[in-house]
Amino acid sequence: MSFVQYGDTVKDGDTAIVFLGHESMFPVKVQHGTVTQTKYGVIRHSTDLIGKRYGSKVTCSKGGWVFILHPTPELWTMNLPHRTQILYSTDISIITMMLELKPGSIVCESGTGSGSLSHALIRTVAPTGHLYTVEFHQQRAEKAREEFQEHGVEHLVTVTNQDVCKNGFGVSNIADAVFLDIPSPWEAIGHAKSALKAEGGRICSFSPCIEQVQRTCLAMEECGFTEINTLEILLRVYNVRTISLQIPDLGRAAEGNSSTGFDSSNPSSQGSPCSDLQQGTVQFKSGVPLREMVGHTGYLTFATKS
Amino acid sequence: RKIIFEKQWFYLDNAIGHIYGTTFEVTSGGNLQPKQEVEDTTTETKEAGTDNRNIVDDGKSQKLTHDDIKALKDKGIKGQEIVQQLIENSTTFRDKTEFAQDKYIKKKKKKYEAVITIVRPSTRILSTMYYAREPGKINHLRYDTLAQMLTLGNVRAGNKMMVMETCSGLVLGAVMERMGGYGSIIQMYPGGGPVRAATSCFGFPKHFFDNLHEFPLSKVDSLLSGTFSTETLPSEPEDNTLVEEESNGLLDEKQTCPQETEEESTTEAAMELNQTEEQETMDMNAEDVEFKENKEKENKENVREKQRKQWERRKKLIETAALLQEKNADGLIVASKFHPTPLLLSLLEFVAPSRPFVVYCQYKEPLLECYTKLRERGGVINLKLSETWLRNYQV
Repeated sequence: MSFVQYGDTVKDGDTAIVFLGHESMFPVKVQHGTVTQTKYGVIRHSTDLIGKRYGSKVTCSKGGWVFILHPTPELWTMNLPHRTQILYSTDISIITMMLELKPGSIVCESGTGSGSLSHALIRTVAPTGHLYTVEFHQQRAEKAREEFQEHGVEHLVTVTNQDVCKNGFGVSNIADAVFLDIPSPWEAIGHAKSALKAEGGRICSFSPCIEQVQRTCLAMEECGFTEINTLEILLRVYNVRTISLQIPDLGRAAEGNSSTGFDSSNPSSQGSPCSDLQQGTVQFKSGVPLREMVGHTGYLTFATKS
Repeated sequence: RKIIFEKQWFYLDNAIGHIYGTTFEVTSGGNLQPKQEVEDTTTETKEAGTDNRNIVDDGKSQKLTHDDIKALKDKGIKGQEIVQQLIENSTTFRDKTEFAQDKYIKKKKKKYEAVITIVRPSTRILSTMYYAREPGKINHLRYDTLAQMLTLGNVRAGNKMMVMETCSGLVLGAVMERMGGYGSIIQMYPGGGPVRAATSCFGFPKHFFDNLHEFPLSKVDSLLSGTFSTETLPSEPEDNTLVEEESNGLLDEKQTCPQETEEESTTEAAMELNQTEEQETMDMNAEDVEFKENKEKENKENVREKQRKQWERRKKLIETAALLQEKNADGLIVASKFHPTPLLLSLLEFVAPSRPFVVYCQYKEPLLECYTKLRERGGVINLKLSETWLRNYQV
């Protein structure tokens, strides 16, 4: 396995995802001799995982089963250990496209945080690009380095432990794109500009508060960035449900004519809801919104260096 | 070549050689000149009002008439000058608030200042342009939705991707960009051939197309049931048919791929035509023997050429079928005008286990059905139906 390439079978040292059921997964480090506890029983890595094809069913000691999945940055984002608030795939997708990232791109990122975005960036720029990521918290920087190593992508990323607002990214004039997710991004705009290549580089700043966005936009303008644009992206998830609605009893007309509305003598046309007049209900499939409100993560501000 | 775009017209000749990102001014005669950076003259405190309670919109605030402005344009005065004149001759300008003044200037600049910037194509630019100008051609696929598809589908270098789209090749181009020429793509297509009008706009290097394969949907069933044969090839329009996109400034190159609406094959028709031509030349009076012989040779060559092309196509088809039959695709992207359910139920057979797939549909209802059918089929986990909401902010 590799976070930047698919493998067919589970190997010793892999990071894999155990899928238990709806919305229930966790990552596991595959190692000879280790066991993993699940609510369905024990999984013995040596016999149950190593050598199995990714996507297979794995039976646990109590008789229940799980699926073993090949990791992807998206699955990792859903299952990684949080050391900070992370970015989710919805924001990550639009960032990737708006920064015009592709294999071979050089990207700078700060702060590294829990590495959610980092893994996605590494995946996109592989095999010829590189990610320079800056984290001012020493332990988080160390942990990030460890994880990249474990996941076999250390050759594609450089973690630097410094304050990007004071010391920049550690590179100049080579980045195709810069991403900022820090409390005071306006202080790093100057450094971002020097890290970016001469012309056409893209920058993105992520901030939860509009006041931060205002200051950042001003700083971008002052530094000569163009095409400054702020947006927000929200995800709406739908549950697919079969819904039954009752038909109200509107009584009967005096002459005995059938009431207006649903007439049981009409044959149902294809696609119309199936009417079950004995019980007075109509059934149909619907996409029901998952939550009351869609949460706000942050504003994304993009610009181009010209 | 003349480019017409949003009421402007110009020639691109002078642009060649400049780096991407250069801004040009359109001079009279339609020539491009690199624009000089002009110092913002309005840095002193402008006179402005606080609100619009006293501003009456009676259409009389601009003192210059239509003819006056036309005269200025004809004199060859720069757009910037015209805008300045308009401001000076507007009685209400200094009463407007700063925001309103900026808005006014922006609007006039757009109308009178002909400035263009040439940029490198990318998924970002092409998908936003297509969505704004020709959404019908891409099944109203909004650019943020496309972004989600690329990420959730884990589209990256080295994959073996399957793509089924009827978005003029925009989705294919986006996938190709994210793969960087590494790995391979099999594009499934309806009808006679895949439409790749948008794909050519990306400007990919030639080698990106080396591992791009295509396969007709009409052969999928036979492939799945084991009865695949190349005997009946789908109708393919003549290779060198030139189809031009409507001139909306979106596409510069002549398309050599036919639009999906084009019907019958002209391959067989062309062969017939060649044969009748041969007949005709043989019946002609042999005034110019050489000419007649050349014509015959030419016709025979045409026929040979056609046969060679047919054989090539057959060979490629068999190769692609073999690739599909390995049933180890790393992912599937579907974005088409067709009902997604039958597409997914058959195309998923070619995808390896533990791989993501993404389906886009312009409407929610077919996806509800698709979701249900996939659940019934089994072998699919982490199914999620969602949409993204995008909102731009004015800061």
